[in-house]
Amino acid sequence: MNSVGEGCTELKREYDQCFNRWFAEKFLKGERSGDPCTELFKQYQTCVQKAIKEKDIPIDGVEFMGPNKEKPGS
Amino acid sequence: MVKYFSCVGFLKGTWDQVFAAFWQRYPNPYSNHVLTEDIVFREVTPDNRLLSRRLLTKTSRAPRWAEKFLPSHMARKAYIIEDSVVDPNNRTMVTLTWNISHARVMSVEERCVYRVNPDNSNWTEIKREAWISSSLYGLSRAVQEFGLARFKSSVTKTMKGFEYVLAKMQGETPTRTLAETATERARETALAAKEKAKGFASQAQKKQYV
Repeated sequence: MNSVGEGCTELKREYDQCFNRWFAEKFLKGERSGDPCTELFKQYQTCVQKAIKEKDIPIDGVEFMGPNKEKPGS
Repeated sequence: MVKYFSCVGFLKGTWDQVFAAFWQRYPNPYSNHVLTEDIVFREVTPDNRLLSRRLLTKTSRAPRWAEKFLPSHMARKAYIIEDSVVDPNNRTMVTLTWNISHARVMSVEERCVYRVNPDNSNWTEIKREAWISSSLYGLSRAVQEFGLARFKSSVTKTMKGFEYVLAKMQGETPTRTLAETATERARETALAAKEKAKGFASQAQKKQYV
């Protein structure tokens, strides 16, 4: 799948590959042996965060799970 | 006023298969409207939950009747945020998805809770809730109705796409290949025939003018 930053897709693909493996083989099994994808994630983020700024995508300061706070019940 | 919708669905996969498929959902044959996908935040909490934020770009088409009320320069795509918490200890995943563009025209917020199906632990249950609102003066009700209808049809597509990816990861041949490919072919053939007929018709018309 393409990244929003045209030049970031390859970095994203490499990170995704690393993440998917770690997620299924370690994280879901409760193994806490550190994250082997940190470096790939950093490189990918440098690229994609730049693209987000350039495209003025308004995600800065949007709270995590933001709209959930207003929901009643469940 | 906000329109509320909720439904419960199932996926034929264990919780860990479904959670893994969640990150590999795009692209799939039902996700043509998803243009880009990025992880923009990710962190494992001290109690071993995975927090992620995914940024998606999707095509966003307004219904024809609404187009004249909307700014003509309005972008035909929308940015969507999807936050999620995966909790492997409790075998649950909670996602919250909402649009950050065109939110005054229409805002759709969706919350999904994934958990092991209590009746069959080989299946995963998804409880889905959605809140649809609009601040468009005089049109908010109509926009909400439209939004709800579109949301429901997108849920069907989401589930089909999810099932497709899940089946592929489980090493099965996705069910789409047989029945739906046949339908698609039939549709294409029909379309081609129609185009051909149009061609004949316009040729006939031209001849009349000669």
